[in-house]
Amino acid sequence: MIKFFLMVNKQGQTRLSKYYEHVDINKRTLLETEVIKSCLSRSNEQCSFIEYKDFKLIYRQYAALFIVVGVNDTENEMAIYEFIHNFVEVLDEYFSRVSELDVSFFNTVFHGTWQAHSSPYQIGSCSVTQAGVQRCDHGSLHPGSPGLK
Amino acid sequence: DLQSTNLVEVCMALTVVSQIFPREMIPAVLPLIEDKLQHSKEIIRRKAVLALYKFHLIAPNQVQHIHIKFRKALCDRDVGVMAASLHIYLRMIKENSSGYKDLTGSFVTILKQVVGGKLPVDFNYHSVPAPWLQIQLLRILGLLGKDDQRTSELMYDVLDESLRRAELNHNVTYAILFECVHTVYSIYPKSELLEKAAKCIGKFVLSPKINLKYLGLKALTYVIQQDPTLALQHQMTIIECLDHPDPIIKRETLELLYRITNAQNVTVIVQKMLEYLHQSKEEYVIVNLVGKIAELAEKYAPDNAWFIQTMNAVFSVGGDVMHPDIPNNFLRLLAEGFDDETEDQQLRLYAVQSYLTLLDMENVFYPQRFLQVMSWVLGEYSYLLDKETPAEVIAKLYKLLMNDSVSSETKTWLIAAVTKLTPQAHSSDTVERLIHEFTISLDTCMRQHAFELKHLHENVELMKSLLPVDRSCEDLAVDASLSFLDGFVAEGLSQGAAPYKPHHQRQEEKLSQEKVLNFEPYGLSFSSSGFTGRQSPAGISLGSDISGNSAETGLKETNSLKLEGIKKLWGKEGYLPKKESKTGDESGALPIPQESIMENVDQAITKKDQSQVLTQSKEEKEKQLLASSLFVGLGSESTVNLLGKADTVSHKFRRKSKVKEAKSGETTSTHNMTCSSFSSLSNVAYEDDYYLNTLHDRGDKELKTFSLNSELLDSESLTELPLVEKFSNCSLSTPSLFADNSMEIFHPPQSTAASVAKESSLASPFLEETTEYIHSNAMEICNNETISVSSYKIWKDDCLLMVWSVTNKSGLELKSANLEIFPVENFKVTEQPGCCLPVTEAESTRSFQYSVQIEKPFTEEILSGFISYHMMDTHSAQLEFSVNLSLLDFIRPLKISSEDFGKLWLSFANDVKQNVKMSESQAALPSALKTLQQKLRLHIIEIIGNEGLLACQLLPSIPCLLHCRVYADVLALWFRSSCSTLPDYLLYQCQKVMEGS
Repeated sequence: MIKFFLMVNKQGQTRLSKYYEHVDINKRTLLETEVIKSCLSRSNEQCSFIEYKDFKLIYRQYAALFIVVGVNDTENEMAIYEFIHNFVEVLDEYFSRVSELDVSFFNTVFHGTWQAHSSPYQIGSCSVTQAGVQRCDHGSLHPGSPGLK
Repeated sequence: DLQSTNLVEVCMALTVVSQIFPREMIPAVLPLIEDKLQHSKEIIRRKAVLALYKFHLIAPNQVQHIHIKFRKALCDRDVGVMAASLHIYLRMIKENSSGYKDLTGSFVTILKQVVGGKLPVDFNYHSVPAPWLQIQLLRILGLLGKDDQRTSELMYDVLDESLRRAELNHNVTYAILFECVHTVYSIYPKSELLEKAAKCIGKFVLSPKINLKYLGLKALTYVIQQDPTLALQHQMTIIECLDHPDPIIKRETLELLYRITNAQNVTVIVQKMLEYLHQSKEEYVIVNLVGKIAELAEKYAPDNAWFIQTMNAVFSVGGDVMHPDIPNNFLRLLAEGFDDETEDQQLRLYAVQSYLTLLDMENVFYPQRFLQVMSWVLGEYSYLLDKETPAEVIAKLYKLLMNDSVSSETKTWLIAAVTKLTPQAHSSDTVERLIHEFTISLDTCMRQHAFELKHLHENVELMKSLLPVDRSCEDLAVDASLSFLDGFVAEGLSQGAAPYKPHHQRQEEKLSQEKVLNFEPYGLSFSSSGFTGRQSPAGISLGSDISGNSAETGLKETNSLKLEGIKKLWGKEGYLPKKESKTGDESGALPIPQESIMENVDQAITKKDQSQVLTQSKEEKEKQLLASSLFVGLGSESTVNLLGKADTVSHKFRRKSKVKEAKSGETTSTHNMTCSSFSSLSNVAYEDDYYLNTLHDRGDKELKTFSLNSELLDSESLTELPLVEKFSNCSLSTPSLFADNSMEIFHPPQSTAASVAKESSLASPFLEETTEYIHSNAMEICNNETISVSSYKIWKDDCLLMVWSVTNKSGLELKSANLEIFPVENFKVTEQPGCCLPVTEAESTRSFQYSVQIEKPFTEEILSGFISYHMMDTHSAQLEFSVNLSLLDFIRPLKISSEDFGKLWLSFANDVKQNVKMSESQAALPSALKTLQQKLRLHIIEIIGNEGLLACQLLPSIPCLLHCRVYADVLALWFRSSCSTLPDYLLYQCQKVMEGS
């Protein structure tokens, strides 16, 4: 299960945050600073998975931007790791060469994209998003694909 | 928007629904969303499934009826819809895997198609077909195949294929592989697959990529529980990982090592863990790791020295953040010891020595918890030392006491230790200095302790006389005689009532001495600290839960004793389990004077099965014996009695308990007698006079016990309800045959039948209207020399009718007898007209009827009132009484059809679900439901296979539906009602019934 999704830059400013479990606003800031601190303190050679309190952080760095996902213990870390990449690929497609500025300027758009394509995420898994993201790439709703059964 | 024809609007609406929908509104939109499952656009279908998934997450019961539709979604021709439905299945299978075994085939086929690349190319991610979908499916299969050979066999092929296919060198394939390995090891094992999976793990672990290494270690940790040999293959890698610069990897490795720890390697592993512990700063990590180390050390410790050293390290690093169980367990281990007595002594001696060395070091800061442990151990076991005298130990403790950084709680521990040591030290300046220092302390607690110590210290005579006692106490603590007590306490606790007598006992024995008054709290604190070590963790947590309560009762109990200072100590250590049980019995009614508390305990005992009562009183005796042996010689000196109050009270206690003990035997017989007479009489219960007559002979005492038993009888009479029904039918049709009938059916003794007949004619006016309803036995609720009042309940269809019968026992006429009920917020009580007479003749009975309506649900309430009357000579009197009403009194069967049930079911929003374990006698559904029907008056609508539908209503008209399902010996209860609190109350009653029978 995914608990939260954060996009932060190297200066520690949060660009985008999305929580799937209720967290107090005050606690959010606290949590974000701690999460960012622990991510920034790590070097490239170190593992991209961090155990933080009772959940795990999976982060990936794109230039100056960090994407951090907090998951609980049952999640497959590598799958999430790749999912982050998938998400970034989609953004890249959408903005054609996405940058941090895009993220900060088009905050609402981002929220929209994120929401539209990750609705299953709020409940915690990635497989469906994959299909959704692909659809978005192709710019239209997909015509009926051959059934599985 | 949901009903809009615009696709985008519907889409958005569904998204919103699945994001921020409140639970209460689900029923309103549920049908709309269900419709959307049939929508022609797959994106709508997908979103609808997701919205339903969200519903399932927040209120699983409300979407249970559409499970069939989920199956349809699973077979949807669109992959997206299918994938969305997987979320629901993963969730549901996690909760109950046995219900979905039949779907294994479908999941396997889907996975085969996905792996085989039959999906549209859109779903490929870096040319891997739908990786996240695969992971999801693998996870589901893992859950389904767990410990199930047949289901597992279905998956072997596809798992093999997944392992084979996922050989591309890409991160996401590793993720799939990882999931595969996980699945392979969680299903029923197959050697070929295991081999392949092991190979995969090897690849992970050996990989230079750090993320993969992490995954590999994680997989190993998981796998090793099943196959420890695998760790051997990767020994070297693991060792490398241990020295890895990345702390995360290190930690994962430690986790792995923790799993493979045994008696041989424990030293090394704990060593490594401690190293890591010293480096890490994060609180969460420390707490976690400290717990693990302590566990390992306790389990596998090779020798004493190592054990103590390790625990020292744990305490000093873990400090105050660690779980309180750890020091408690440690102290218990130390106190209870192992099998070998000399071994124990060595262990303790070593502990004492090591603590002394630690305390010798200058300028070292120790966590409070560690200091507490030290002070306890030093206080208990310093006498084992040869070289150092107690005085030296005291000096060290004193130094600590003067340290400002020590918290007041720790100081209490320290001073307790000093007190324990003082008698051994004979004379010590330090003690005097300490007394001097702390008698003026601002901390009341400390001052209290200091005064105790002072009085002890001043009286050398007493000290001398105390000396052997103290030694014997210590010995007792060493040999497990106090732990015997502990076993008793645990047992008593489990029975719900455990009168912890020695405390009063001691008081009593020492009450004759003034000086010992001052010793009193010390005695308490000692025994409580003696307890610390041995209390089971459960006991401790219990104690802390109600520590406030126990402290308060404790205060009351000791009356004029100035014990406030010790209060804290008690609460924390779960002192006096007796109070725990008491407070349990009182159910929140705290400020009850001592005696009634005592009575409560006794009540609890009487309510218990008789045999239990006997065993308990036996235990009590044993305890008293122990207590007297403990404090022999204390009561020898005689001095002024300052504690007059406490004295009498504890005397009372004792007398009472003795009486109770003596009576318990008597009660058994009484109870049996009454029971037997009751079972035959329960059908003719309205003959309250007869009932009273029978009882009268037995005298007041029995009466009292009798009313205590009433609850028991109540339930008995409930079981006989069907009989009563049958009987009342008979009596209606042929009232003249009444006596004969009862004779034939129930064979009561001749005399009974005769009196029954007589009484029934007497009481006839209201009998006629009441007999058609089920009613309870009459029970006497109060009496005095002139009148006696008994009451019973008549469960009418529309209300509860309470009938109070007032019998004039005297030879005089009573005038204007009047009955009044105190208003209660949960009830509406109305008097039934036409049943009151202004005058009650001598030796006759009259009754008052009140109908009781419930205002809001509750579990149990007390309805109380008083009766006032005038005697002939205008002398007026009042008599108070009270009656217990339970929620069940207001539950009536609701007779509806299955269709209505279905409709109602959907319209109710409040639900409660719970699994109840069934006893053997009711293992089958019908018998279980029968129990519910009889005891709770639920109406059985239908039984379909292993499911049953029941319904009832709370008067006046709040329906509640119950859905039962049986699997194995578990009964899944599912209540729904329009009232939010009713299901909870009913559930509670159900549990009581199911467990009780």
